[in-house]
Amino acid sequence: MTRLLDVENLTLQFDTDEGRITAVDNVSFTLEAGEIMGLVGESGSGKSVTAKSVMKLNPSNAHYGPETKIILHLDSGPVDIMSLQQSKDLQVVRGGAISMIFQEPMASFAPAITIGDQMVEQLMIHTDMGKKRSKELSIEMLDRVGISDPSTRFGQYAFELSGGMRQRAMIAMALSTKPKLLIADEPTTALDVTIQAQVIDLMKDLVTEFGMGIIFITHDLGVIAQTADKVAVMYLGRLVEQGLVRDVIRTPAHPYTKGLLAALPSLDDLDAPLVAIPGDIPSPLERPGGCVFNTRCSDNLGARCGAEVPTESLLSSQHNVACHLYSEEAIK
Amino acid sequence: MSQQVLIKARDLSVHYALSGGKIFGPKPVVKAVEGVNLDIAKGSFFGLVGESGSGKTTLGRACLKAAPISRGTIEFSDGEVQYELTTIDKKQLKDFRTRSQLIFQDPYAALSPRMTVRDIIAEPLEVMGLTSSREETDERVREVAAKCRLNLEHLRRFPHAFSGGQRQRISIARALVSRPQFIVADESVAALDVSIQADVLNLLKEIQLEMGLTFLFISHDLSVVAHVCDHVAVMYLGRLVESAPTRQLFSQPRHPYTKALLSAIPSLDPDDRGKMQKLEGEIPSPTNPPPGCKFQTRCPHAIDICRRDEPKLVHSAEGHEVACHRWQELLN
Repeated sequence: MTRLLDVENLTLQFDTDEGRITAVDNVSFTLEAGEIMGLVGESGSGKSVTAKSVMKLNPSNAHYGPETKIILHLDSGPVDIMSLQQSKDLQVVRGGAISMIFQEPMASFAPAITIGDQMVEQLMIHTDMGKKRSKELSIEMLDRVGISDPSTRFGQYAFELSGGMRQRAMIAMALSTKPKLLIADEPTTALDVTIQAQVIDLMKDLVTEFGMGIIFITHDLGVIAQTADKVAVMYLGRLVEQGLVRDVIRTPAHPYTKGLLAALPSLDDLDAPLVAIPGDIPSPLERPGGCVFNTRCSDNLGARCGAEVPTESLLSSQHNVACHLYSEEAIK
Repeated sequence: MSQQVLIKARDLSVHYALSGGKIFGPKPVVKAVEGVNLDIAKGSFFGLVGESGSGKTTLGRACLKAAPISRGTIEFSDGEVQYELTTIDKKQLKDFRTRSQLIFQDPYAALSPRMTVRDIIAEPLEVMGLTSSREETDERVREVAAKCRLNLEHLRRFPHAFSGGQRQRISIARALVSRPQFIVADESVAALDVSIQADVLNLLKEIQLEMGLTFLFISHDLSVVAHVCDHVAVMYLGRLVESAPTRQLFSQPRHPYTKALLSAIPSLDPDDRGKMQKLEGEIPSPTNPPPGCKFQTRCPHAIDICRRDEPKLVHSAEGHEVACHRWQELLN
């Protein structure tokens, strides 16, 4: 496999009226070409902001930490995203090498421009195709994602399509520029289960065919289990656990990951009680010191968890966790 | 079962007229709910599932007389009073409103940002004139707040200070304050994170057992329904297609649609990949439903009779009803 993306020590802060808040805190991960990485966490955990940082797509009140390093490996050589300042330079990356699919397709298509015109527009910006070739390719892509009668759909507006069809059109549009990396931000959350199953299958097929990497953001661990190769669990801006999907879901290590899995209603055992994680995710303005999860953790070790930021412990070659329970002293 | 029936609907239909159509011809009609027979036993936790557009919300609202009933009857009898909702008069309706309540999906939209939590919870009491003095109102508010795990400090604050889970608890407290018998919870946990969702579900279940309430729990999430409900009804395009005790429905689904819904839930086991039974296509538009069985356009087992005659809901086992021409053939 070839390396596609390196993210090292990503730290991101936002200036707000109430002060500077930390949205992402020292996050590192890598992604290979053809790999699907699931990014899981509750709302407010910083998963969307993390993914958007990869194309520097954050508002002007965002401050990246000085140690932050994001390298995207393209055929033409590595690109240091952090060094790109002008939006002109970033255009190569945004929509070109990296595409994004959003949760709510109705909100991401312009309502007064036809689906086709929007697809052609981005192809003309990002590729050297002419209008005619762009149109042919767009219709071909709509056909590929399973939209029947693509040439009619090409001339329609977003409101004329059903929810599942809109999401397919969104995927067709995102993939038509042949991106190296696809960021899918909760692409199936707004869909019904039967449609969700169709969209997940479609995305898996396309990965095999195009060989791109996907960062799949979701809060649904079931969806992750069915799609991702590896998974990273986020809580309040930190990666608390990451590893291969089998390892993390079968043998979760971090108390937060365990809590998330226990809170899921399982169909195999209807009598199992639902265990909630006590309390709510704290506001980013009141980030707890030490381990960010210590205020809700049932395995809290006391003073140490509240004072010291846990470092990553390696459980196996590809499974690591940031928790004091697994630090060397605790194991001794 | 010789249980007392709280809500008894017979041949219930809700039709909405659309604008448009020919000037002198009949207006197009959306049959949101069509010919539904429903018995909700007193003290039960009744689940109603289906995709978006299946009419589950409309059916829930019709049970509260909050949707225009075009045909059929709904009987409400809680042991003290007995109302026929289609012919109910104003005075009775006022009393019925204190006996039935609705909890909404989005706790961010359902609470007025300008009222304190105490005022929000007290409002139904004041509007319905259920208490005679401010002291009595306060007493009732405090009592119900304690039940929903809100403390006195919370009552003085405004909704913006609360997280999603806490807001949903406020909505629940407001629904409970008039001491209703019957509560319709419409997608009440859909907007919450899994860790919080478990907490709210446990609270609903606790309250139901403690106060002997009857819940109509509307949801698109089958795994949630499986955990809290005693009886589940499945809707498709305005019709009930299957209705059974929860365990029975999940262990022996009889309708092809229920089977497809169950298999579309993403499993938590990464090795289960590809085992999903795929359902092609999407739910047809209710303005233009297919003839015969409404599910025939997506059903893998559809034959001629399915395209011609609409199946009736028939008894298939104790408490288990199914509307499919071929359920007996498909048993094995």
